[in-house]
Amino acid sequence: MIRDITIGQYYRTESPIHRLDPRVKLAGTLLFIISLFVYSKPAGYVTAFLFLVFVILVSKVPLRFILRGLKPLLLLIGITVFFNLFWTPGEAALKIWKLTVTWEGIQSAVLLGARFVMLIIGSTIMTLTTTPTKLTDGIECMLKPFRLIKVPAHEIAMMMSIALRFIPILLEETDKIMKAQQARCADFESGNIVKRAKNLLPILIPLFVSAFRRANDLAMAMEARCYRGGEGRTRMKPLQYQRRDYTAYLILFLYLVVNAVVCFVLTAD
Amino acid sequence: MGIIKTKNLVFEYIRRDEDGNVEGIKRAVDNVSLDVEAGEFIAVLGHNGSGKSTFAKHLNSILLPTEGTVWIDGNDTLQEENTWKIRQTAGMVFQNPDNQIIATVVEEDVGFGPENIGVPTEEIWQRTADSLKAVGMYAYREMSPNKLSGGQKQRVSIAGIVAMRPKCIILDEPTAMLDPRGRQDVLKTLQALNRLEHVTIVLITHHMEEVIQADKIFVMDQGQVAMQGTPREIFSQVEQLRGLRMDVPQAALLAYELRKAGLEIPSGILTGEELVEVLCRLY
Amino acid sequence: MSIILDHVTYIYGKDTPEERHALKDVSFVVPKGQFIGIIGHTGSGKSTLIQLMNGLLQPADGMVLFEGEDISDKDYDKKKLREKVGMVFQYPEHQLFESTVFQDVCFGPRNLGLSRKEMELRAFQALRLMNFPEELYYQSPFDLSGGQKRRAAIAGVLAMEPDFLILDEPTAGLDPRGRDEILGLIARLKEEQGKTILLVSHSMDEIAGYADRILVMSEGKLLMDGAPKEIFARYRKLEEIGLAAPQVTYIMNALQERGLPVRTSPITINEAKREILRVLRHSTL
Repeated sequence: MIRDITIGQYYRTESPIHRLDPRVKLAGTLLFIISLFVYSKPAGYVTAFLFLVFVILVSKVPLRFILRGLKPLLLLIGITVFFNLFWTPGEAALKIWKLTVTWEGIQSAVLLGARFVMLIIGSTIMTLTTTPTKLTDGIECMLKPFRLIKVPAHEIAMMMSIALRFIPILLEETDKIMKAQQARCADFESGNIVKRAKNLLPILIPLFVSAFRRANDLAMAMEARCYRGGEGRTRMKPLQYQRRDYTAYLILFLYLVVNAVVCFVLTAD
Repeated sequence: MGIIKTKNLVFEYIRRDEDGNVEGIKRAVDNVSLDVEAGEFIAVLGHNGSGKSTFAKHLNSILLPTEGTVWIDGNDTLQEENTWKIRQTAGMVFQNPDNQIIATVVEEDVGFGPENIGVPTEEIWQRTADSLKAVGMYAYREMSPNKLSGGQKQRVSIAGIVAMRPKCIILDEPTAMLDPRGRQDVLKTLQALNRLEHVTIVLITHHMEEVIQADKIFVMDQGQVAMQGTPREIFSQVEQLRGLRMDVPQAALLAYELRKAGLEIPSGILTGEELVEVLCRLY
Repeated sequence: MSIILDHVTYIYGKDTPEERHALKDVSFVVPKGQFIGIIGHTGSGKSTLIQLMNGLLQPADGMVLFEGEDISDKDYDKKKLREKVGMVFQYPEHQLFESTVFQDVCFGPRNLGLSRKEMELRAFQALRLMNFPEELYYQSPFDLSGGQKRRAAIAGVLAMEPDFLILDEPTAGLDPRGRDEILGLIARLKEEQGKTILLVSHSMDEIAGYADRILVMSEGKLLMDGAPKEIFARYRKLEEIGLAAPQVTYIMNALQERGLPVRTSPITINEAKREILRVLRHSTL
């Protein structure tokens, strides 16, 4: 059933990474990605890779789930690597037909490919080990300082969590409407693009009508339960740093320092 | 004064055509005055479009009267500073179970109301656990609402209201979209809340079988209270109910038909057992 | 002409951890001209069952035959099937999308590739069969009342002029009058138009007076298949699976247990009244 699908890709298991405060994981992912850009040298990437392997092992998420996140982006990575391989000027290493592969090209292609892959794996681990609800809480917390410049942190988080709840419902609804129109012999497959787009109207219009009705109902239900924005609200599950979270921050800090040393001291040009 | 009191309540809305011109004024609630005592189980019946849902929305300050007054626990709904107090006193459950659950986890949804009214964290947990137990959904607290049946979802919605510790709960056709089993579970939950926790219940419905146990029934038609009384009083007036597009429970209907055919059957029979008893005496 | 389900099995989420048998080895024949009630709980497989009959789902095992042809065959023309086997989903008003009721009802016939005239004639006929008020033909379907929307949506399926009409809880959410109106119109489709009706319902009381035959579904299996009187006679078994016979059945059985010589077969108020009067008048004479 469509309704059973989970949004996001949370992998349920018990691990130190799973138990971490979502803010640690969000900050960690962000810093890790930044480190990939700042320490963009082969030695830096080796360090980053080792750190990533460490995190994956601790998270207890099977490798195939992590690699699954790469799948949709393989083409993009391939194209990037391809262009770097052939279109970087420099000393020729290999000639295939009219194309020249340069040493510089190989280096930048490998670096770029590695950066891409690690970047995706890094953020995949975060989504695999954090429930969407916690992720939303974390984002709300981290956006709070930006309230001063009128970023509606609470509203953004509320919207995200409502979306999480209603996406499966709307998907199921789509399926139902589609079947109902199919039963009236609607045709969604033939014709050119314009015709096909037009054929979607019998699905899209009812879907929008239903989404608006649901939004209306939900707003009323929320108001009836005394919802009036983020002001004066308490939390059922407030985010609170534990000792393990400070340890995690320390490890993260150590990684950044070690990688800095590796990049700028040991292998300085 | 009772927990819910309305006096000459009128609600009108303006109907507009496609260009926004006023087509007419529709009076959805017309001069309704009633008084509900704390702890009562009240049923409001009426066909679709009889104004019963519009009426219900006034009890929670979602709609405000055009004329007349609504008092919830003595607070006038027209006074803006009362709004949040009223919504806390009179909780509201709606028809569609999918469209009133906000969170992706059952317990978090139940905690939503208490969070909104600023209950401290520890107490939220306590209230969530208590109210989930009260509706018999404690075992499902960590599940996604999307995996529950309609009846279970409705019970979670009721728990979400109970967690705000209201004095009364208004339910706007909570069983209309449920199957018989879900309907029964919801009804049993409401009866338990009424009896054990002394919560005043206002149940809006068009299923007659659900209101046999009510203390008092109001039947609405064209925005007005057309009939009121105990279930026995109401369901003995078969002709009048039919005129209001309402059903009569099967046992009451059979009793009515037999009486019409000349058998000596007293009026006010509601259940099959009562009818069987009377018929055996006749034999 | 008939629909035949031959040892049909259906599995949801095959090869996933959520795999679930929605239907297990279900066989029955739907001959033309019957009014069949399909009863079962949410999750008993009845929705899956009717979607199979309309070719919206493919059986994992077994066959669905229409007029002797397997409808899951690759080269089988589903349009032909759906023209003859109409399907009204639960809350069918949620599928309305055109700017007027009339245009929406034309959607099905237009998809069949009929001429404009034929299409409109069918639409008028369908709206008339559903007793839809003429002054609302050219109104937006979104401005109608709940009961009117429902009838417009059913007309949208009727306009394809199906011989078989499958309806999934067509009375859900309607008030008593709306429910009786819809059921009355559906019964007339059978009586006057000779259409075969398959009606899914939760409520025995609702279909007791209309159905010629009842199929009881439980946990993906066809548990009972017979005339209403036969089915309701097994009310203890029905209770075991969480269903119930009409209230009248209980009253008649209780009377018999208490020593009144009544037959327990009545299933509607009128039948019960006649039976009780027969016994009581006899005894008092």
